[in-house]
Amino acid sequence: MMKAVVTVVGRDQVGIIAAVCTQLSQRNVNVLDISQTILQEYFTMMMVVDVAQATVPFAQLKEELEEGGSARGLDIHVQREDIFHAMHRI
Amino acid sequence: MHNQIDIFNTLDMIDRQHLDVRTVTMGISLLDCCHSDPKAACQRIYDKITTSAHRLVEVAEDISREFGIPIVNKRIAVTPIALVAGASDTADYVPFARALDRAAKATGVDFVGGFSALVHKGMTQADGRLVAAIPEALAVTDVVCASVNIGSTKAGINMDAVRLMGQTIQATAQRTADRDGFGCAKLVVFCNAVEDNPFMAGAFHGVGEAERVINVGVSGPGVVHHALKAVKGQPFDVVAETIKKTAFQVTRMGQLVAREASQRLGVPFGIVDLSLAPTPAVGDSVARILEEMGLEVCGTHGTTAALALLNDAVKKGGVMASSSVGGLSGAFIPVSEDEGMIAAARSGQLTLDKLEAMTCVCSVGLDMIAVPGDTSAATLSAIIADEAAIGMVNNKTTAVRIIPAPGKVVGDEVEFGGLLGCAPVMPCHQGSAQDFVDRGGRIPAPLHSLRN
Repeated sequence: MMKAVVTVVGRDQVGIIAAVCTQLSQRNVNVLDISQTILQEYFTMMMVVDVAQATVPFAQLKEELEEGGSARGLDIHVQREDIFHAMHRI
Repeated sequence: MHNQIDIFNTLDMIDRQHLDVRTVTMGISLLDCCHSDPKAACQRIYDKITTSAHRLVEVAEDISREFGIPIVNKRIAVTPIALVAGASDTADYVPFARALDRAAKATGVDFVGGFSALVHKGMTQADGRLVAAIPEALAVTDVVCASVNIGSTKAGINMDAVRLMGQTIQATAQRTADRDGFGCAKLVVFCNAVEDNPFMAGAFHGVGEAERVINVGVSGPGVVHHALKAVKGQPFDVVAETIKKTAFQVTRMGQLVAREASQRLGVPFGIVDLSLAPTPAVGDSVARILEEMGLEVCGTHGTTAALALLNDAVKKGGVMASSSVGGLSGAFIPVSEDEGMIAAARSGQLTLDKLEAMTCVCSVGLDMIAVPGDTSAATLSAIIADEAAIGMVNNKTTAVRIIPAPGKVVGDEVEFGGLLGCAPVMPCHQGSAQDFVDRGGRIPAPLHSLRN
């Protein structure tokens, strides 16, 4: 398993989760956890995904998701989970 | 599972507070490149660097993408060239600098450091040749950095070398006069130089180091500044605690990058350098941290105390976050590379004297300071001697990277661009130190060097 964190921030609109999940499933990336809230009209989502079986390299997956996000006016980041672990766990 | 607040907190640090890894630096020993034929030695140097570091940039960029952390520079540090070139039958060491420059460009790194000599107690013939080659070497190469260690707590200060370095800095400025003396931005004069510093221009691969090593320098003044905004008006205990926590997070990120880079390159991990390295970008300034503590402007009374607290808290937070801390590890105060310092110097509030006082409590020294082009070599030497004395007596690294900008006077500005930024030309004292510098010889090591 190779965990990555996908974060999505932007103005709320219909179909954000559906679109991101579709992109992920097309690349065989499994979603392990999702949490999502609306903060002052802003959609904020955090997903933990497993990219171990992804059909494309990490860099490409990241690029695709980020491009897909910017087309909808969303700020999407994809990062290996280890960074959050390193910074917030002792 | 991760807390959403933590995750967005990290993203905010990267996106808005300029959190980044300043440099991944590969140290490479060149001791096995010695050859009596200088051409053969240069070829060996080129080959060793290009084979050792050919994947460095690619791997660093991969890590940067995967973890979402910007890695600003990739660099190479090599064995002090005086030690390598000394074996060759030549008096001209400029070709060695050219070989370093070519090799660095072939690997795609931003800088290569190690056109260096260690002369804190005395100077070999090779050291002398290297120093003589510095002005030309820095003029004809683009990414080569030079450093000379002229003093140490153990050995004292080599005042002959100090005199020579004043002249060398002046000659380097003249030789690159068409670029405002840019060569001097790539030349550092050290006291107590460290062997595993990943930061430029002073990086070199010490003789006590392994064949190859990966050292990482973190950054993050913006993150510390942001964290301090949240504790406005609170006592210094709270300030210190806040800085410690932030430094811990920043260093953990550096440690992660270092471990990952070392693993992927198959090169042992050396150290994480805990320095708070600023950039000229707004929001990435050490000066602004000091001002956040309650000073109207960096350089006013109180600045030294604020910096002492900052420097200490950064170390305390960082040391727990990494298995191996080294290098310079402290807050940097390079004037031209720090937006807040530039502003304070422009307004005349931050002076050379205050900067000198600040270097007593932080790493690393009088860094990236522009002075008038007509500053005499003796004055430059005397500035070096003062700074070296601070390092020698306080058992710490100090350095001078000063640019006597040709044709410029107080009030002018020197623009270097990129990470090197721009520097207002600052006034020096007018009294001559010529007779002092002309004495030569050695300032003996302080009493506390006798620890055995």
